[in-house]
Amino acid sequence: MANADMPADTMLRTADGQPLKSALAKASRKARIRAFLLVVPLLIFVLLTFVIPIGQMLSRSVNNDQFSESMINIGVWFDENPNAEPDEAAYAALAADLVYSAANRMIGNAGTRINYEVPGTRSLFTSSGRKAKNLKAPFKEALLELDEDWARPDLWAAMRSASGTTTFNFYQAAVDRKINADGQFERADENSRIYMTLFGRTFALSVVITGLCLLLGFPIAHLLATLPLRKASLLMILVLLPFWTSLLVRTTSWMVLLQGQGVINNVLVSLGIVTEDGRLEMMYNQTGTIIAMTHILLPFMILPLYSVMKTIPPSYARAARSLGATSWTTFRRIYLPQTVSGIGAGGILCFILAVGYYITPALVGGADGTLISNQIAFHMQNSLNWSLAAALATMLLASVLILYWAYDRLVGIDNMKLG
Amino acid sequence: MVNEPQNDGFVVFDHVQKSYDGEALVVKDLNLSIGKGEFLTMLGPSGSGKTTCLMMLAGFETATHGDIRLEGRPINEVPPHKRGIGMVFQNYALFPHMTVGENLSFPLEVRGMGKSEREAKVKRALDMVQMYSFINRRPAQLSGGQQQRIALARALVFDPGLVLMDEPLGALDKQLREHMQFEIKHLHESLGITVVYVTHDQGEALTMSDRVAVFNDGRIQQLAPPDELYERPQNSFVAQFIGENNKLEGVVESIDNGRALVRLGTGELIDATAVNVTAKGQKTVVSIRPERVEYKAELLPSGAHTVDAEVLEFIYMGDLFRTRLRVAGSDDFVIKSRNTSGQRMLKPGEKIKIGWAPDDARALEPS
Ligand SMILES: Nc1ncnc2c1ncn2[C@@H]1O[C@H](COP(=O)(O)OP(=O)(O)OP(=O)(O)O)[C@@H](O)[C@H]1O
Ligand SMILES: [Mg+2]
Repeated sequence: MANADMPADTMLRTADGQPLKSALAKASRKARIRAFLLVVPLLIFVLLTFVIPIGQMLSRSVNNDQFSESMINIGVWFDENPNAEPDEAAYAALAADLVYSAANRMIGNAGTRINYEVPGTRSLFTSSGRKAKNLKAPFKEALLELDEDWARPDLWAAMRSASGTTTFNFYQAAVDRKINADGQFERADENSRIYMTLFGRTFALSVVITGLCLLLGFPIAHLLATLPLRKASLLMILVLLPFWTSLLVRTTSWMVLLQGQGVINNVLVSLGIVTEDGRLEMMYNQTGTIIAMTHILLPFMILPLYSVMKTIPPSYARAARSLGATSWTTFRRIYLPQTVSGIGAGGILCFILAVGYYITPALVGGADGTLISNQIAFHMQNSLNWSLAAALATMLLASVLILYWAYDRLVGIDNMKLG
Repeated sequence: MVNEPQNDGFVVFDHVQKSYDGEALVVKDLNLSIGKGEFLTMLGPSGSGKTTCLMMLAGFETATHGDIRLEGRPINEVPPHKRGIGMVFQNYALFPHMTVGENLSFPLEVRGMGKSEREAKVKRALDMVQMYSFINRRPAQLSGGQQQRIALARALVFDPGLVLMDEPLGALDKQLREHMQFEIKHLHESLGITVVYVTHDQGEALTMSDRVAVFNDGRIQQLAPPDELYERPQNSFVAQFIGENNKLEGVVESIDNGRALVRLGTGELIDATAVNVTAKGQKTVVSIRPERVEYKAELLPSGAHTVDAEVLEFIYMGDLFRTRLRVAGSDDFVIKSRNTSGQRMLKPGEKIKIGWAPDDARALEPS
């Protein structure tokens, strides 16, 4: 604060002797309050629709009360005996918890939570829960008599990690790790490592789709920016037409076109280009996802590119030509560098949309064309493992933010031009 | 009008026509021969086809009909980058993503020139416009006048024999424009290049050019050195367009030895030089420069006819007095007189007699 240690008499003052700074602040306060009131509705809207849900998602992804809210005694024992083998006291606490949760119909929830980590243990909880009220000390023998599985170290490791109020287990599951018997994390079995593959595929396909959009969109945007107004507006309507058609309609029309017995294959077969048995598989695989999503995301590439190209006067290209550059050199050295901000904006837009796309891959992707968002939806709707869904979604969000940050470092976000 | 090539024909437009839409001719039968080392200005009102001519010469538009020759070679089929013509654009067209140095080195790079040679040439070109210290700036960090100089340096850096400039000073303020006019003229003389310059500022055209081509409606109205253009306009468009001019309409009373006696609508007789009137009884417009009109009897040549005039307005302009008169029924006859010592200030309402030397009044065909 340079002002604070400035001698009072050198401070600038208004005519009536007030310090200039406070006079200025007072004068502009009213305007600031009015400006703030104008944005309040937007602020509330953003808070309700964006900040709170994302906060909820984040908290859900580390939320761990499914087991701990009913299994209280065992939680206390875990806290008091870190790293200890389960003893009689532990089994007694467990038995008490089983009785309590069975009586309050929470045993299923608790079992489900452990089942995420150690598959097949949900029934252990529910069946033991039903019989728990008849158990007598010593509880260890009694429980083991009910089911041998109660001695399994990986089960105890899972219960220990599920009894904290927060957990990173879901993130570990999201990166294909699981708890082993020693309470350590190791890579999941070969055939259940699905998320990293899906993340990889999602990003790879998004890169391909973004690249295709750029390849197809660049010449169109250039045409749009250089054609005479009347033709340009006609072309613009064609570009915008997809926006006016339902996403579902567009996707299903691709299905009509691309499927095995679809229009394109029928034409190819009737022209004799492919044989009846050699019909191309363009649907329910990655090809289908790429084709349909490229089409859907193309306008998001074209519009930012167009808005940048529109501002590049033709005199630059003319100047370059008059200076002796061939048309290719002119394009590469003069035109292309000036469109970088549009390429960046369109690329980021397409990529982010592609990474989170759900409906199209779900409809046309088949087994190997689905993306991470389909898996998130699966956990939201079918397996009801919301915490895992939230963890996957958070990772998706984080990777997009990292990408954004990297773009900012490399190109500069100020250089991005969206329209 | 026909232009006999009185030069070596470095650049030749030979019966060139241009139409953009196939309906209207923007350039109608252009014949122009520009000598090596000449500074030729195309001057004309907006839309008269100046830029179009320049673009055809640079290779960005193709002539619909006719030949354009550079050093005797027809260049209609030569692509712009092979013509070796330097060009300065109205908005400068400096590449915004390159520094000043990179902008200048670009034409040398595309010619495959080595690094040290490039640097030497860039330095020489920047020194020429006194801008070497700005070599690492971006165009956006320069003022309009500075950008203008860089654009000039870039058009000259690869030593073109011909440089085209399309209203290069249009965006500058008056003082800077005058300064740059001087610099461009100076560079033209010291480098011996041929310059084709487009402007619609007649002052600029007159001060800079060896010859001026006045364009109107897709045709050259007159092609002449500045003094001839000003003193001896060939038709009423040129007379009106270049400088200030008074017009008096009348009928030719007699023609004798290039001298015409014209009777005005109000019956008075005036003297004029017959430029393109040929016969007695023809309608004509007599054009007279405001500074060539005299109202003191002793300054008039003997035997000159005089006309009655009434002073409507008198404006004191410092070095000049500008007086608006009613002459032969028209209210916008202007005379200019120098503020010499003893010069009398006229009063509105005053009745005077005005006259001129017959050489200074030109009887033209009405347009
Ligand atoms: N690309 C084009 N397509 C169609 N018509 C054009 C094109 N460029 C110019 N014209 C027309 O050609 C005529 C001459 O234009 P040009 O640009 O040569 O005028 P100019 O003399 O340079 O005018 P200014 O002083 O305003 O620059 C104008 O009527 C203009 O409308
Ligand atoms: Mg022009």
